[in-house]
Amino acid sequence: MENSLNTKIPEGPLSEKWNTYKKKAKLVSPNNRKKLEVIVVGTGLAGASAAASLAEMGYNVKSFCFQDSPRRAHSVAAQGGVNAAKNYKNDGDSVYRMFYDTLKGGDFRSREANTYRLAECSANLIDQATAQGVPFAREYSGYLRNRSFGGVQVSRTFYARGQTGQQLLLGSYQALMRQVNTGKVSLYARHEMLDLVLIEGKAKGIIARNLDTGNVERHGAHAVVLATGGFGKIYYLSTLAMGCNVSAIWRAHKKGAFMANPSWTQIHPTCLPQSGEYQSKLTLMSESLRNDGRIWVPKDKNETRKANDIPEDERDYYLERKYPAFGNLAPRDIASRSAKEQIDEGKGVGELKNAVYLDFSRALQEYGKDVIVERYGNLFSMYKKITDIDAYLEPMKISPAAHFSMGGLWVDYELMTTIPGLFAIGEANFSDHGANRLGANSLLQACVDGYFVLPYTLQNFLADEIKNPKTDINHPEFDKAEEAVKKQMEGFLATKGNKTAEEFHKVLGSELYDKCGLSRSKEGLEKAIESIRQLRKEFKENLIVPGDASEVNSELEKAGRVADYMEIAELMCVDALQREESCGAHFRIEYQTEEGEAKRDDAHFCYSSAWEWHKDPSTPILNKENLTFETVTPSVRSYK
Amino acid sequence: MKIHLKIWRQKDSHSKGEIKEYTLDDVHQEMSFLEMLDTLNIKLVKKGERPVEFDHDCREGICGQCGVMINGIAHGPLKNTTTCQLHMRSFKDGDTIYVEPFKATAFPVVRDLKINRSSLDHIITSGGYVSVDTGQAPEANTIPIANEIAEAAFDSAACIGCGACVASCKNSSAALFTSAKITQLELLPQGQKETRKRVVAMVNQMEEESFGHCTNTEACQVECPEDISVLNIARMNYEYNKSKILN
Ligand SMILES: Cc1cc2nc3c(=O)[nH]c(=O)nc-3n(C[C@H](O)[C@H](O)[C@H](O)COP(=O)(O)OP(=O)(O)OC[C@H]3O[C@@H](n4cnc5c(N)ncnc54)[C@H](O)[C@@H]3O)c2cc1C
Ligand code: SF4
Repeated sequence: MENSLNTKIPEGPLSEKWNTYKKKAKLVSPNNRKKLEVIVVGTGLAGASAAASLAEMGYNVKSFCFQDSPRRAHSVAAQGGVNAAKNYKNDGDSVYRMFYDTLKGGDFRSREANTYRLAECSANLIDQATAQGVPFAREYSGYLRNRSFGGVQVSRTFYARGQTGQQLLLGSYQALMRQVNTGKVSLYARHEMLDLVLIEGKAKGIIARNLDTGNVERHGAHAVVLATGGFGKIYYLSTLAMGCNVSAIWRAHKKGAFMANPSWTQIHPTCLPQSGEYQSKLTLMSESLRNDGRIWVPKDKNETRKANDIPEDERDYYLERKYPAFGNLAPRDIASRSAKEQIDEGKGVGELKNAVYLDFSRALQEYGKDVIVERYGNLFSMYKKITDIDAYLEPMKISPAAHFSMGGLWVDYELMTTIPGLFAIGEANFSDHGANRLGANSLLQACVDGYFVLPYTLQNFLADEIKNPKTDINHPEFDKAEEAVKKQMEGFLATKGNKTAEEFHKVLGSELYDKCGLSRSKEGLEKAIESIRQLRKEFKENLIVPGDASEVNSELEKAGRVADYMEIAELMCVDALQREESCGAHFRIEYQTEEGEAKRDDAHFCYSSAWEWHKDPSTPILNKENLTFETVTPSVRSYK
Repeated sequence: MKIHLKIWRQKDSHSKGEIKEYTLDDVHQEMSFLEMLDTLNIKLVKKGERPVEFDHDCREGICGQCGVMINGIAHGPLKNTTTCQLHMRSFKDGDTIYVEPFKATAFPVVRDLKINRSSLDHIITSGGYVSVDTGQAPEANTIPIANEIAEAAFDSAACIGCGACVASCKNSSAALFTSAKITQLELLPQGQKETRKRVVAMVNQMEEESFGHCTNTEACQVECPEDISVLNIARMNYEYNKSKILN
């Protein structure tokens, strides 16, 4: 089925594609817009910005999230910053350079046209957010300030202290609430989408459960947008919020939307190490710390001295040693893998020997404490709160953790999935980051998709939908979907075993981290597939969910999410197994250079894998989107 | 450590609640408060009982969704900390801990420790934004903002909307929350144009949601995880009066 996927990439030179598209896209007249309804699931940066923008245009929008308020979507947690090619620093940045950095960062496994568009729209986002009142960092002159982030050599990252995601999200949340006020957006907080409804092959609505009452509801529309975020929480220990899940996109996948590159998960290098079994998540420390912090481990495996007692010449600053050009700013996949190597060699530090040091002593000497407090103060106090350690006095301990899903629903240039009328934006889609995402590009993508891309492309689709009447939620397809959802929940409640959903999740997560995490091998992946099947069987027989479905029941919510994780986990392993090369975050140990670097195989694997659901989780069908590069020649990615 | 818990259990907003007692024998100092509750819940579920429902999500102190009264203090004994960032090292072996939901008429209990805080969203809906449509924005550097102003705006913008200020206030006032947003947007040139309209709308909405009046007892700042300053409230009152007089 090679190349059966229609990417809809516009003709013409790369730099003109988006303009060409916008010029030719169909419009809906303002009068007709009020007749059209759109469902947007998710109120993160992607969902809130899309819902607000569509409502401004005059569409009727229904906006859903499972938290108690849209402002809590997980975008709120992003710390470091957001990229934009503004070239305010006059250091040679440009749309092209940003596009190139992003493409190279993703190890030449992303779609050129989408990546270019991301860079092209980046400057507008800073303008938009500034106009909304997002308090970005400023120079004393009053102009916007920026800094540099991993994987690039220019300063293009804009930030709001260490809470960039929070401030950007509050900006788009406020834009959303403004539209709630005009009546153009109906808000459904504490609602979880449990199924997608297709009528005659088109996405026409969703089934959602009101988490406060347990009621199962039907919602119809002319199009459905999924902005449901990433699923890195599948590893259980991850930097993601507890509620993050794959359910919305997985259930859409089972209805026909292809899932692309599901195994590509970014493992973030600067997280707090695990301290015990009861632990529910790993906290991310912003990567911006790597601007001034130096990463090292003791040269000796059997080191027992405290960090400060280890003399300079007995420390191995391994990133500076291995990657002199980028040093501590090497991209995330490389920094994470290098840390794991050190830990696996027995040079890890901390009680569980599962961390490396991130040391600020030189920066403190060089700039003084005041500067460091200004730059990273909140991160140091967060570190103190969690670990009880003062990082001004001794180095931080950090370790890699699952963080971001590069994979997601396959979308074309218009961000439409393989189901007509179903769009996926933000982290829920796969398109812009390839096999590895550069820092500060994700907030950007979520916002650009929502504010600047979807409003055009969705309208292009809706232009043909005006002739169709409002979706009838009494259609038999709604009956069927609602019934299936209810049956699944009854099944969970009736199992009455003795293992909680969370316990299953933990086992699944550590199996995945081991075998489909930072490094993968044929042998490991085959074993993982076996054990996931076993675990799925046990889940069917031995799950325990108390209470019932007609009330607040967070255990029931978890059960549904874990059930979906059990299925996609197998697809992740299948995807990783099928790709016999190393690229970006995907490191197959069989495919490495003599120096231990990832070895890409462009001759055989220069494509995105788009998996199609077929009958059950073990028999997916592979479709390939071949990647062609018109403007750049994929090079060996080197950060030395 | 051994910890005795006295937790508020309430089936739904219509039912009466009561305190129930539980004891945990194997609490670690490094656990966060919520991880301690997770441990309790796994035990309850395995016994076939209903777990304690509580709100939480990011567990990084930033989403604002967690929040309970711990021994009568919003988010517990540590200053400027959310419940998810409170660790059990703040307690001693053998301690008894009372855990209750944030209480206010405007925050009805959903179940156990879960509450409904949409009243805070309604306040934002009434005017807590800059009215700019997508794609209309001028080049960002055409609006220079002095570093100190941006920083001051940020201090107010840092509110995470958890509602601790309301819960710790004897009048259940939402003045700190509301004033923080008003101040952020009023400080910035982009938000100034709408200040008068905004402040009146938001203050009126606050009353409509049945929050109480602020009587300057300043309990809110003390228990606010973000240490949002009560000076915001003074600014809100000033702006409100000014708007009333000038309009
Ligand atoms: C700790 C952390 C730090 C980060 N730092 C940075 C950074 O500095 N820079 C950067 O660029 N990126 C960063 N990222 C990544 C970035 O934050 C995310 O990729 C991005 O915010 C995703 O936005 P989103 O809108 O796609 O999804 P989210 O913000 O995750 O929103 C998902 C939404 O979907 C809803 N939802 C999900 N499933 C359902 C369902 N079934 N039913 C109803 N609603 C549902 C949720 O309620 C939520 O509203 C960070 C991520 C983390 C975890
Ligand atoms: S002002 Fe403080 S306590 Fe009140 S909602 Fe905001 S962060 Fe929470």
